[in-house]
Amino acid sequence: MNTVIFRALAPYITTLMMVFSVFVLLRGHNEPGGGFIGGLIAASALAIYGISNGVPAVRRAIWAHPIHIAGAGLFISGISGLPSIFANVPYLTGLWTFPTILGVDMYISTILFFDIGVYMVVLGTIGGIALTLEERTDG
Amino acid sequence: MFGPENPTAFYLALLAPFIAAALAPLLHRFLGHRAAWVLALAPAFIVFHFLGYMAPVDAIEGVLPAVTDGGRFLFTLPWVPTLGVGADFLVDGLSHTFALLISGIGFFIVLYAGGYLKGHEHLGRFFSFILMFMGAMLGLVLADDIITLFVYWELTSITSFLLIGFNHSAERSRRAAIQALIVTGGGGLLLLAGLILMAITTGTLSLSEMQAVAPAIKASALYVPILLLVLGGAFTKSAQFPFHFWLPNAMEAPTPVSAYLHSATMVKAGVYLVMRLNPTLGDTVLWSTILPVFGCVTLLAGAILALRQTDLKLMLAYTTVASLGLLVALTGTSNEDIIKGASLYLVAHALFKAALFMVAGTIDHEAGTRDLTLLGGLRKAMPITAGAALLAALSMGGLPPFIGFLAKEYMYKGTAYPDLQSILLTTSLVLGNAMMFAAGFAVALRPFFGEKKETPKSAHEGPLMLWAGPVTLAALSLIGGLLAGPTGDVVIAPLLSAIIGEDTSVSIHLWEGFNIAVLLSLVTIALGTSIYLMLDRVRAAIAGLLDFIGWGPDRGFDQFISALVAGSDAITRRIQFGRMEGYITITFALVAVALWVPLTVFGEWPDLSDIPSISDATFYELAVVCLAIVGIMAVLLAKNRLTAIVSLGIQGFAVALIFMLFGAPDLSFTQFMVETLSVVILALVLTRLALYKRDHRSFWQSMTDGVIAIACGIGFTGLMLTVLGRPFDSRLSEFFTEHAVPIAHGRNIVNVIIVDYRGLDTLGEIGVVVIAGLAILALVRLKPKRSAPPTSSPAQAEVAPVKEAAE
Repeated sequence: MNTVIFRALAPYITTLMMVFSVFVLLRGHNEPGGGFIGGLIAASALAIYGISNGVPAVRRAIWAHPIHIAGAGLFISGISGLPSIFANVPYLTGLWTFPTILGVDMYISTILFFDIGVYMVVLGTIGGIALTLEERTDG
Repeated sequence: MFGPENPTAFYLALLAPFIAAALAPLLHRFLGHRAAWVLALAPAFIVFHFLGYMAPVDAIEGVLPAVTDGGRFLFTLPWVPTLGVGADFLVDGLSHTFALLISGIGFFIVLYAGGYLKGHEHLGRFFSFILMFMGAMLGLVLADDIITLFVYWELTSITSFLLIGFNHSAERSRRAAIQALIVTGGGGLLLLAGLILMAITTGTLSLSEMQAVAPAIKASALYVPILLLVLGGAFTKSAQFPFHFWLPNAMEAPTPVSAYLHSATMVKAGVYLVMRLNPTLGDTVLWSTILPVFGCVTLLAGAILALRQTDLKLMLAYTTVASLGLLVALTGTSNEDIIKGASLYLVAHALFKAALFMVAGTIDHEAGTRDLTLLGGLRKAMPITAGAALLAALSMGGLPPFIGFLAKEYMYKGTAYPDLQSILLTTSLVLGNAMMFAAGFAVALRPFFGEKKETPKSAHEGPLMLWAGPVTLAALSLIGGLLAGPTGDVVIAPLLSAIIGEDTSVSIHLWEGFNIAVLLSLVTIALGTSIYLMLDRVRAAIAGLLDFIGWGPDRGFDQFISALVAGSDAITRRIQFGRMEGYITITFALVAVALWVPLTVFGEWPDLSDIPSISDATFYELAVVCLAIVGIMAVLLAKNRLTAIVSLGIQGFAVALIFMLFGAPDLSFTQFMVETLSVVILALVLTRLALYKRDHRSFWQSMTDGVIAIACGIGFTGLMLTVLGRPFDSRLSEFFTEHAVPIAHGRNIVNVIIVDYRGLDTLGEIGVVVIAGLAILALVRLKPKRSAPPTSSPAQAEVAPVKEAAE
């Protein structure tokens, strides 16, 4: 799989997929997409980069160990339900606010952070498994 | 303010031991063994609180009568209101007496532990355990709600496990602790089942409400199972024959534990339960048969085994077994006069047995041994301990004017009737009491009197912490006997009322003239004295007898455990045989069965006419289906595994296309990604496993697997068609569609369901994803041990060389 073309293209493909995964994550509430599918796309991006340029390059690029990303995601999802306690509604009930920032109408909610957590869990776990397996291939 | 008029004080009293337990390690660090004086404030406070119930209580609802005048105090606190479970507690004569015994003796035990384990590095931990145990026991006797009762019941089992296994570096301690936990924990499960059956029968979780509908329980069809299950719990906890063996083994624990758990508390929990349920379940033929029979057997077996021992603590442990048998037997008669004797004996036993255990511990502590044959003539060196021992033994032997004498007098008076059952019971009592008389005096007299013997340590009197308990308790035995009248009014009358379930009054006198009870007492004392004088010969005879029998429940326990382990091992080996192919075959075969059986049994297979005909399908739908079929054919015809996996992806993408065509873009999107990643990951895994390149299955195995696969496919198709043929309940989807935008601010209903409507489900799922990921990472990184023993299973044999190659 280590053809020159693939190796040359892989960084661009990876970058595009990462950007696309965030796009899918953010639009998920209204259009097809969401944290789970976004996370899968991002994990595939990592896997492709790992196959083309080697796992050490991926590990350097993402700084954290993938399973740490997954753990952080689970933590974010978990605490995204806590603000509902102060609003006196059950745990994980969505809370919304509609601020206008720089003239743009925004939708910000605890749900968004929950979905970001899901994205990170899927990215970290699946990406981590793929990278570990690839690493063994190299060795 | 801290009396009964304040419900908060009651709950504070319940919590006090646990608070003290939490502080114990810290206090021990700063104060050393003197922390005992501070920690003893917790039981002292409880004693103070419960003494308050002995006077009329000026509560918010008005002046309530004292417990000693038949007052009952119910404290309720909702716990799980939807299930009717409450942290409800009842203070009546029975629970009040137990609470005072537990906290009063507990006070001295805490002090005693401070003296006994002075300088022990884990003394702080020990204080914690014993205070937690105190709290558990207190809750157990006060609980009115059966769930609360059960929680405390189990808590006593767990804390006693910790206490018995306190010297955890000794194997005997660990064995004794596990044995006690298994026996009493197993009994706890029986009790739970029995209590739940009682709740089902009566429709209430409250013990006092159950008591009100006692005739209904006794008449119900569930009475026999209820009784057997509840007694299973009580008998294991109270060490009734044949479950008695754990109690003597538990003597491995430090002496404060033995003195506390095996005098007033832990083992009395079973007796408490029997007494508490006497009005609810008692006074039936079954009750009055099982309890006296088991009680008398336990009494005699315990007393005989006690005479066999030479270790002071073991002698006391077996006499405790005997005493518990005695109490169960007496309570089992459901006869007011006999239970009067049991009430007296309950209090008397707690006092003298705790004192004697502490004496035995002091001897061990000061002289360095507790072997009866090595001890003698210590009275000059340890005069205070000797005095306490003598008083306690006199009470145990049932000599006037001690409370033990009253107990014996009144139990004989209750049982001495000329019918067969009474004669059997009376005979057992006389024999058992005589043997306990001999054992008690052996423990209390032999070490102190006779000629002075050389002991491992040169003995001298222990410190105040060690003798405060025995002296006070022994003195109370004497005072309780001398003040027979007040003892009867203040202690025994409310206790007896609670056990028999109706208000009653008693008058207790030290001397009621010469009657049959006095005569039986004289017989007991004469018999006991002669056994005491011939103790060495009796011991040799019993030892010979036991050697002749050879087998006991203690050994039976070991056999039971090893059989259990061997059985589990055999089952595990059969189910977990270590071949992936086998697991998958079994899984899918069961899936096929699960699909086919209900469809066939209930005749739910879809009509063939319901299946849409091919001519209805459009051109591109057919094309996609053909693509899926091509993918599957490619898998089947693939020359090697890697090709097969990639080909499987074709079929997966075809399915994703089908989702897209039928208007499920989200599903389709996910399917595409999952297919891609599965192919990538499977391919990566496969390149690492040096499996055979080709399918190595035999023809017949391939055919079997094919049949299972086709059966699964047909089953799923049939199920789907059947489900789709039903009218669809659209309420949920309508609700989701209607509310997705207004309340969840999202037009993508699938995503709204995942992150909002079903957020908690998703949280659980991503938790599972992370855990699975961690496990997979750990497994992939696992290095095989080079010295791993060769295994017979082909799957492992195939993998092993690969892992070595990877290193």
